[in-house]
Amino acid sequence: MALAVENLACRRGGRLIFEGLSFRLAQGEAIALTGRNGAGKSSLIALVCGRLRPEAGSVRIEGAGDTPAPELIHLIGHRDGLKSALGAAGNLAFAQAVLGEPALSAAAALDMVGLPHVADVPVGYLSAGQRRRVALARLLVSRRPFWLLDEPMAALDFAAQAMVAGLMQAHLDAGGAVLAATHGPLGLAGARELRIGP
Amino acid sequence: MTRAFIAIVGRDLALAARAGGGGELALVFFLTLVVLVPFALGPDLALLARIGPAILWLGALLATLIGLDRLFQSDEEDGSLDLIRASALPLELAVLAKGLAHWLATGLPLALAAPMLGLLVALPIEAMASVAATLLVGTPALSFIGAAGAALTVGIRRGGLIVPVLVAPLTVPVLIFGVSASNSALGGAIPFLTPFLILCALSLAAIVVGAFAAAAALRQAE
Repeated sequence: MALAVENLACRRGGRLIFEGLSFRLAQGEAIALTGRNGAGKSSLIALVCGRLRPEAGSVRIEGAGDTPAPELIHLIGHRDGLKSALGAAGNLAFAQAVLGEPALSAAAALDMVGLPHVADVPVGYLSAGQRRRVALARLLVSRRPFWLLDEPMAALDFAAQAMVAGLMQAHLDAGGAVLAATHGPLGLAGARELRIGP
Repeated sequence: MTRAFIAIVGRDLALAARAGGGGELALVFFLTLVVLVPFALGPDLALLARIGPAILWLGALLATLIGLDRLFQSDEEDGSLDLIRASALPLELAVLAKGLAHWLATGLPLALAAPMLGLLVALPIEAMASVAATLLVGTPALSFIGAAGAALTVGIRRGGLIVPVLVAPLTVPVLIFGVSASNSALGGAIPFLTPFLILCALSLAAIVVGAFAAAAALRQAE
């Protein structure tokens, strides 16, 4: 399977943010999406996961058969999709039930991101970096080939950044694909850089 | 798919049970409204009993409407609506799950509390039973008509009162048939069953139409 983006244009609030954007992301590949603030990185991610409609162009997943694109994509956006009143394990169990294709259990996923001790703590009491790690643990509870990450390293300390880079590398080695908007280095050896805007 | 449906219902019920979740707030609001009415009208028991069913229905309607704006908005704000959109579960069924959880947390407790509150407006026993029965079958309509309104306003920040204003006119048929079925226990020309069955039909229709309308509105929202 491959994610094919052709001649994509994005307009938000009447302003043309980018146009003529084409790229292809096959399994086993990673793209680091860079660009200045407001260049349209998050908009591109929203377009790819079907959250926004493109002004022009198309987003397709080649070789996916009948499965709709959103069901092949893991999205970890700016808004982390966690309920503050529920525990970390509860949030992950909910994500697993909703997303399907169960992989690791919630407890095992929290182990992988180094937060086994917060399983029952309501997420609202966690720090920004810990919340981010709980959100990223969602990638591990359900199996989906395309990971769309918006600033995955934001709020993470150096050890956690290395841990996330390790998770992404393992996903690539297992035949997955990663598209990550980022300002810093991703820590992935084979990642291509796609720069939007000036 | 069944697992996703159950997970949404379970999560929303768990959230409603937490402090500030909205479930108990609707009940307390209902209680407050019904308690205030006898103070405003004075101690005329015959008058209170005659308008009692209408007061209970109005109270239940307003209590349902106050929490509705958060139905989808809280999920939109923290990003969990994106999670639900990414599910293999069709959005219509996800709305059905959320509406069901909303009814279990709001409408059902209101219907169960109505007989107790009937005491405050001097309702006879059979009228209490009929008010509770009509609320039990009528409140799903309120939850699902409300779900469509809540989905339309999901992108509006601080849109708190828009949902009640938008939804209240659409609930007029439910109110008319709900109150008229309840009133039959107090005597009158209309038998209980006729308006009650129409109320059941309104609820069934609202569940289907509301689920599709809300899902369509959520797809359009950006």
